[in-house]
Amino acid sequence: MRTARLVLEDGTVFTGRSVGACGLAAGEACFTTAMAGYEEAATDPSYVGQVLCFSYPLIGNYGVDSARMESEAVQARGIVMRRGRADWTAWLADQGVVALEEVDTRALVRRIRDQGALRCALGEAPAAQLHALALAEPPIDGRPLAIRVGASQPYSVGSGPRVTLLDLGCKRSIPERLAATGLEVLVVPGDWDADAILGTSPRAVLIGNGPGDPAALDVPVAAVRELLGAVPLFGICLGHQLVGLALGLGTFKLPFGHRGANHPVRDLRSGRVLVTVQNHGYAVSAGNGADVTHVSLNDGTVEGLAGEDFATVQFHPEAAPGPLDALPFFDRIAETCRNAPIFALS
Amino acid sequence: MPKRTDLRSVLIIGSGPIRIGQACEFDYAGAQACRVLRREGLRVVLVNSNPATIMTDPEWADATYLEPLDAETIAEVIERERPDALLPTLGGQTALNLAVELEEAGVLARHGIELIGAGVESIRRAEDRLVFRDTMRTAGLPVPDSLTVSAVDELPPGCPVPAIVRPAFTLGGRGGGLAANSLELRRQVEIGLAASPVGQVLVERSLAGWQEFELEVMVDAAGNCVVVCSIENLDPMGVHTGDSWTIAPQQTLPDAEYQRLREAAFACARAVGVATGGANVQFAYHPACREFALIEMNPRVSRSSALASKATGFPIAKLAALLAVGYTLDELPNDITGKTTAAFEPALDYVAVKAPRFDWEKFPDADRMLGSEMRSVGEALGLGRTFPEAFLKALEGREDSMELPEIPGLHPYFARELGEIAAAETRLGRDGDVPAAKRFGLPDAWIARVLGLEEAEVRARRPVPGRLAIDSCAAEFEARTPYYYLSYEHGDPAPDPSGRSILVLGSGPNRIGQGIEFDYCCVHAAHAFRRLGYESVMLNSNPETVSTDYDTSDRLYLEPVTLERALDVCELERPLGVVVSLGGQTALALAHPLAARGVPLLGDPLEAIDAAEDRGRFATLIDQLGLRSPAWGTAETAEQAYAVGERIGYPLLVRPHYVLGGRGMRVVRGPGELMPLPGPSLLDSFLEGAIELDVDALCDGDDAWVAGILEHVEPAGMHSGDSACVVPAPSVNRALEDEIRTTVSALSRSLGARGLLNVQFALAGGDLHVLEANPRASRTVPFVAKAMGLPLVEHACRLLLGDGLDDLCLPERVEPTRAWAKEAIFPSERFPGAADRGLEMRSTGEVMAAGNTVGDAYARALRAAGRRRSGGRISAPLQCYPGGLDDVSGPWGRGSRRR
Repeated sequence: MRTARLVLEDGTVFTGRSVGACGLAAGEACFTTAMAGYEEAATDPSYVGQVLCFSYPLIGNYGVDSARMESEAVQARGIVMRRGRADWTAWLADQGVVALEEVDTRALVRRIRDQGALRCALGEAPAAQLHALALAEPPIDGRPLAIRVGASQPYSVGSGPRVTLLDLGCKRSIPERLAATGLEVLVVPGDWDADAILGTSPRAVLIGNGPGDPAALDVPVAAVRELLGAVPLFGICLGHQLVGLALGLGTFKLPFGHRGANHPVRDLRSGRVLVTVQNHGYAVSAGNGADVTHVSLNDGTVEGLAGEDFATVQFHPEAAPGPLDALPFFDRIAETCRNAPIFALS
Repeated sequence: MPKRTDLRSVLIIGSGPIRIGQACEFDYAGAQACRVLRREGLRVVLVNSNPATIMTDPEWADATYLEPLDAETIAEVIERERPDALLPTLGGQTALNLAVELEEAGVLARHGIELIGAGVESIRRAEDRLVFRDTMRTAGLPVPDSLTVSAVDELPPGCPVPAIVRPAFTLGGRGGGLAANSLELRRQVEIGLAASPVGQVLVERSLAGWQEFELEVMVDAAGNCVVVCSIENLDPMGVHTGDSWTIAPQQTLPDAEYQRLREAAFACARAVGVATGGANVQFAYHPACREFALIEMNPRVSRSSALASKATGFPIAKLAALLAVGYTLDELPNDITGKTTAAFEPALDYVAVKAPRFDWEKFPDADRMLGSEMRSVGEALGLGRTFPEAFLKALEGREDSMELPEIPGLHPYFARELGEIAAAETRLGRDGDVPAAKRFGLPDAWIARVLGLEEAEVRARRPVPGRLAIDSCAAEFEARTPYYYLSYEHGDPAPDPSGRSILVLGSGPNRIGQGIEFDYCCVHAAHAFRRLGYESVMLNSNPETVSTDYDTSDRLYLEPVTLERALDVCELERPLGVVVSLGGQTALALAHPLAARGVPLLGDPLEAIDAAEDRGRFATLIDQLGLRSPAWGTAETAEQAYAVGERIGYPLLVRPHYVLGGRGMRVVRGPGELMPLPGPSLLDSFLEGAIELDVDALCDGDDAWVAGILEHVEPAGMHSGDSACVVPAPSVNRALEDEIRTTVSALSRSLGARGLLNVQFALAGGDLHVLEANPRASRTVPFVAKAMGLPLVEHACRLLLGDGLDDLCLPERVEPTRAWAKEAIFPSERFPGAADRGLEMRSTGEVMAAGNTVGDAYARALRAAGRRRSGGRISAPLQCYPGGLDDVSGPWGRGSRRR
């Protein structure tokens, strides 16, 4: 029995059992309400810098399969569960991830819900030490986490008209879903500027998801600003926020984020409700300059923007894990690529 | 889309008597629908033949017809009421079948009535297995290979076996089954053809051994679709899902595989053409080859949707009713959060395990092999943070054996989890760590057994559990709806105890002998206490019922009705009092243990319970009062038994001590038949040919007021729960009635009974004999309440709170509103011989009907029971409120009746 603790920055202590790697970890505590898809969640690069708590109590039920990973490794700093199955927790240990089970995760979720995002630390150490560690952890606000996360070299997936995907910590499912629509997806590093991106001769550009504070990402925002109007542009999650910033809209930190597989979003044009997958701590402020196409039915925040040659969504059409209601977003990108003239620099 | 303005009145068809495969989940559904549709200003007309339902209380619909559920009768109701629409999706298979019949007979077209919720075409596409198969294939959805057969000779030579035979249009898989070889196949097809009302069966490739999943889908008129809940069966395909242990949400499918089923469920609902509302879609899934097949879909609210509603907090039936009148999901609020809408998919942070409850003892000749035909009579739901916790609560809630059940073909995940229960037990035996065992989910009684302790000692060694909200959102939003389960975690913040709460103990899973009648009483009590200015708190484990609707009480705990959980709830709630007299034996059995731990029982019932249950004390009391009762004796040995027979003469009624529902009882006509004894026995003189009377009365500890005298149609010797009854009692003249009143008053005074008292009499040779007295709600309370037009349980609640009979302003005597009859319904189509009435109760439900004479009423009841094609005439609705909700006042609902 490896007794361990999770300590929040406000000093709240949760006890549990350490089932992952030895050592300590710290980050921003957040929770997802998705009831399945634990491998996809843990390996989602948007969780960089965060400690992920599963509100669903039984995790690891159907084992581990690397085919379900959304990146090459677990991205969350730590994993917190009520109960984890042995295959899964052994894999987390192999991955070098600090993980706790037997935690009163419902109480933790309530705490995060009521207090907002909180830094935390976890592991087999006295509460005071973990508390100090939590306080030493820099807040996510203002940190350009996404720059370091994505691909360092370009690579391509699929074949067909080309869409260039700016990788700021993009989930694997995004290029895979795009490729499945008959596109060649050229994934390029997140620090590429607009000229470099346009140099790949894309029919459209997609800015993918990623971790951290969008307002801290000066270089990508500048790139997006240049791309707007130059090429059909699409954004998912962080990509949506960057387009918002490039359009002159603001972003703000949500009290405790949207993370789960059951977020209802109204498509304002069709009137239909989509059950979407979400994983974001920041949102775009509504304002002039762009049409809001989608809103959250839970809190009314902006979930999608569109203009003459761009369309973005705050949610994850690729799901993984979660419902596929928003999948047609990729068909729209494919259609744009098939119809768009080849963009050439000269 | 907002509510349609062209609909002003809606007809709702109930599901009739409780049967295996169609139980009180439809009372829950119908009651919810009635409430919300009336709130929307619609005039609701209701037809149902089941007296024990809440929905047939006059306050729920604008016009309630307690009439047989056949097309002819409903056509008459339509003729009278001229509703704008018929909502057929809330009354189970019965209502759907009737909707199709009415459509085919041209009744709906003739009166311009629109079917809402599901059209006839979509009902056919879902219900006609051949059409369903073709519809799915056209939509590109996989279905098992199959062929339709209308005669045994149509089976092609070499038809592949094993195969499943599924009769078209039957309830709960009735007449269906698995055939292992061609001989069995021919036989099963014959059975199926006979069971199908349209003489058609589907012979389907058997997917026995595949995993089974069910998705509860909601659809609105704008085309929005959500999955409310996924349900996984612990056992594989081959066992009817009603007989399976199930868990929600699904546990073993990786997310991507689950999403395939979700997409297919929507495609299925669209292909069938579900207009609006709930539907359930069943899948078989083969994990190794990742192949799935659609097995079945129901375009209506179902047993599973009741389960899904209780498991998630998402009120499917209520929303289905609102969607049917034009609303869309995003226009309707999520009651639980109050902030979000109904257009979402619940996220759970617990698991819900459903256990089936069987009553095999009632049908000793029945084959206990489970198959595609449903056999269980009830179910219990267990909620927990872990699988073991939820599973063990479901096991406890079943109120049957506490042995871990053997579930053939258990999926390895669940097998491993069950293995961990055994391991936890071993660990507990080794380290004695009670708090750890509690957090794992072991019940107190179980821990007590392992450690060789008293249950109270276990209790003393463990913390009080937390109260966790069933909030549909995994705590992401604050829950406003007070619907809870207990677990060993920090509970959700809760308001301080008001000091004015009353805990009502429910009756647990349906079983033969303890059914929906007791739930009816508990629901009325919850309403009554609220109206009287108290907070009502409900404890029950039965997911089918109205009592486990979070709208029924101020706070609802979905937990097994056991001493452990009742004490836990008492510690959290600190109630003024606990009501043990309305939840059948389940609740009554907790009276003594609760009182022993200092829990106040409302109405101080212990003395009365003891005096009535202890045969010796009761006999002394009868003697002291100068009343007559059959001579009796007890015997443990053969010699003693023969001596008793010698003393009181034959025929004798012999029964084991402490029996429920007549189990093990028999009539002995001479010494030669006396052996063997069923252990320590009670022997009563059997009054052959006597007329039995069932009397329900209200008492205040000092006096009694007779609410109804029912006469059994069958002579003594039939279990009273199986007897047909009529009121007014034809054999009771004014003098006898006065004698009964005097006797009941005397009995109630001697017992010191408060609240409801049921007395059973036998009338033999003109003499009145007291058979038994039960100081609690009886099975006949709903029938009496409806027949006499009395809010019987409300009155009883006031008496329990200390009011006297005088405070109730009751009239001198009360006459039935008309002549009324009730008849029992037996599961004879599933258990051969079940309808042979005897000393053992075997009926699952009942129907009620009215007439100008008791003869008319009985004929009508027989028709409602499906034993006659015609009989009786349609009568006026039970009560009619032409002015809608505002007009609901008067005797019913206000808790008092003016002299």
